[in-house]
Amino acid sequence: MIVQWLDPMLVLALLVNFFMLGASRLRAVIYAVAFQGVLLGVMPIFVRGEVGWWLGLLVIATIIIKGIVLPELVSYAMREVFISREIDPVVSFVPSLLLGAAGTGLALGYARTLPLAPNHSGSLIVPASLATVLTGFLILTTRRKAITQAVGYLVLENGIFLFGLLLIEAMPFLVEIGVLLDLFVCVFVMGIIIHHINQEFSSVSTEHLARLKD
Amino acid sequence: MIWSLIVIPLGMAAVVFAVPSNRWRPWLVPLACLVHLALVVVALQQPALTSRGHWLVLDPLGKVFLGLISLLFLLCTFYTAGYLSKEQERSNRIFCTCLLLSLSMMALVILSHHLGLMWVAMEATTLTMAPNLYFHRGPRSLEATWKYLLICSVGIALALLGSFFLAYSTLHAGLEESTLFFDDLMRDAPNLSRPWMHAAFVLLFVGYGTKMGLAPMHTWLPDAHGEAPAPVSALLSGALLPCAFLAILRIYHICVAAGDAAFARQIMLWIGLLSMATAAVFMIRQRDFKRLLAYSSVEHMGILVIGIAIGGWATFAALLHVINNGLTKAGLFLSAGNIQSAFGSKQTDDVSGALRRAPFSGGLFLAGFLAITGSPPFGPFVSEFSILTAAFGTGQYWAGSLYLLLLLIVFLGMGATVVGVVLGAPPETAGKAPFRESLWNAAPIVALMALVLILGLNLPASLTDLLQQAATFLETGR
Repeated sequence: MIVQWLDPMLVLALLVNFFMLGASRLRAVIYAVAFQGVLLGVMPIFVRGEVGWWLGLLVIATIIIKGIVLPELVSYAMREVFISREIDPVVSFVPSLLLGAAGTGLALGYARTLPLAPNHSGSLIVPASLATVLTGFLILTTRRKAITQAVGYLVLENGIFLFGLLLIEAMPFLVEIGVLLDLFVCVFVMGIIIHHINQEFSSVSTEHLARLKD
Repeated sequence: MIWSLIVIPLGMAAVVFAVPSNRWRPWLVPLACLVHLALVVVALQQPALTSRGHWLVLDPLGKVFLGLISLLFLLCTFYTAGYLSKEQERSNRIFCTCLLLSLSMMALVILSHHLGLMWVAMEATTLTMAPNLYFHRGPRSLEATWKYLLICSVGIALALLGSFFLAYSTLHAGLEESTLFFDDLMRDAPNLSRPWMHAAFVLLFVGYGTKMGLAPMHTWLPDAHGEAPAPVSALLSGALLPCAFLAILRIYHICVAAGDAAFARQIMLWIGLLSMATAAVFMIRQRDFKRLLAYSSVEHMGILVIGIAIGGWATFAALLHVINNGLTKAGLFLSAGNIQSAFGSKQTDDVSGALRRAPFSGGLFLAGFLAITGSPPFGPFVSEFSILTAAFGTGQYWAGSLYLLLLLIVFLGMGATVVGVVLGAPPETAGKAPFRESLWNAAPIVALMALVLILGLNLPASLTDLLQQAATFLETGR
C-alpha cells in the first residue's frame, strides 16, 4: 500500500465534503461530487500499488460512473426540469459546516476504537469513510430540493465506496456490488425527470412532498 | 431445483410483460403464483435443498418464510386480478410484471446464503415494489413513492456498509479464505473481531430495520401503505416486511454463533418496544383506516423483534407470529381495500356502517381487527400470548409488563377507529360508488381469515415441527 499518497487524497476528499456543505450553488456541488468521484476512482491504484486488468477496469468504471455519468445526469435533470440554481437549505451553510466538522471529529474518534488489520494500520480510510457517510446524511436531511437529496445520496455512497477500499483485495465481489447503489441515484433522477415531480408540485422542492402526515 | 423457485416467477414476469391484452394479463399472475406455490410445497417436503456452491440454501428458517410469501402472493394476486379488471383504462403491464419480479426477488432474499447476494436481492425488492406504489399516479402516491424509495435506499446503503464491516471483521480475524457465505461466517463467528461485529450489527439492524418498518426508521411505511393499492399494501405488509425481518435474523444468527447474542438482544428489545410505543401513539384517533393498519404493521414488526430478543420459547412464538401477522394483515388490508372502494374514501369521517354497505368485507375487517389485537380464538392470540408468557417465564418482568400495556393501548386505540368504520349507519352521501362484493374480492379474504382461525384453534403438527426446527436452527445454528 502506498500510504504516503493515499492519505493526502483522503484528506482532499474530506475537504470536498466541507466544500459541498458550504456551497450555495447547486452546480458547484455537482462539480464537487464529480471531482470526489474521480478522486475515489483512482484511489484503488494507490491501495494496491499495481494495476492489473481487473483493477484497471474497476478504476475506469468508477471514474466513468461516479465522475461523469451520474453528475451529468443530475445536471441534465437540473436543466430539464428548470430547477433554480440556489440551494435551499433547512440548516443554513455555517451551521452545516459546523455540523460537518463535528461529524468528522466524531468519525475520527470512533474510528480509533475499531482495530485495523496489520497491513492497514495508520490509514485514514475508516475515518474518511465514516465522515463522508455522515456528510451525505447531512446533505440528505438538511436540503429541501429533491435533486439535492439525490446528490446527498451520491455522497453517502462515496463514503461507502471509501470503506470498500479496505476490502478491495480480499473481497472484490462485495466492492463491485456497491455499484448497484448507483441504480437508486438513477431512479431518483429519472423520477424527477419522467414522473413530473416538477409539473405536479410546480417546483422540485420536497417541501411540497409533505401532504402525508399525521 | 432450488433455482426454479426464483427463475420461474422471473420467466413468468417476462411472459406477462409480453402479453398484449390488458384484460387477460392480470389473470396470468395468480396462475404463475399457483405454479410457484406448488413448487414451494414440493420444496418444503425435502430435507434441505442446496444449490451448487452453497449460494442458495433452503434451511428451516427459510421454509417458514418461503411458504408464507408464496401463499400470500397467490391469494393477493387473485384479488389483484379482480381489482385490475375494474381499472381497465390504465395499463397494468408494469404493475403485473413488477408483482412477479418482487416474488422472484423475495424468494431470492429468503434462499440466498451469502451476505452480498442477500443484499442485492433486498435492493431489488425495494426497486421492484416502487412502481406498484405509484400505480394510482397523482401527487399523493408520488410523495409516498418518493419517501419510500429515498428512506429505504438509505437503509439499503447502511446495510451495505454494515456488510462491509462484517466482511472486514473476518479480514481482521486473519482468517484464510474469508468469505461471506453464511455457513462460513457461522463457523468462523467466534473468531471475528468484536468491535467490528458490533458496529456491523448496528448498521445492518438499522439498515434492514428501515426496510422492516421499525421505529424510528418507519416513517415511509404509513405513507406507502396509505397510498398503495390494497393488494400491494397487503403484500408489503405480509411479505416484504417479513423478508427484511429474515435478513435481520440472519445477522442475529451470526451473533448467536459468535456467543454475542446478549448485545444484539438488548438493541432488539428496545427498538421493538419503541416501535410498539410509536405505533400506539399514532393509532389513537387515527382517522385514516389504511394508515391505521400501517401503524399496526409497525407495532407487529416491533413484536417480532421483541420475541427474538426475549429468546427461548418466544423465538418459536415470534416465528409463528410472522405467519399469523402476515395472513391477518393481508386479510385486513384487502378488506380495507373493499371498504375503501365501497365508500370512495379511507377517512373515518366519510366511512361508517361498513357492515351494511359491504357485509362480507365489513365483517371480515372486524374479525381481522379482533385477530390482530390478540383476541382468542384467532392465531395471533397464541403467538402474542406465548411471547408474553416467555417474557415472564424468563424473568424479564419490565419488558413483559410494557409489552402487555402497549398491546392494551393499541387494542383500545385501534378499536375506536375500527368500530366507527364497521358499525353504525352508512352516511347518506356514500353508497353511490359502483361496488359489489363478488367471488374475487371476498374469497381471498375469507381464505386468509379462515387460515388465521385454524392457526388459532389448532396448530397443525407439521407446522409446529417446522417452526420448532427453525427456532432450534436459529438458537443453536443447527
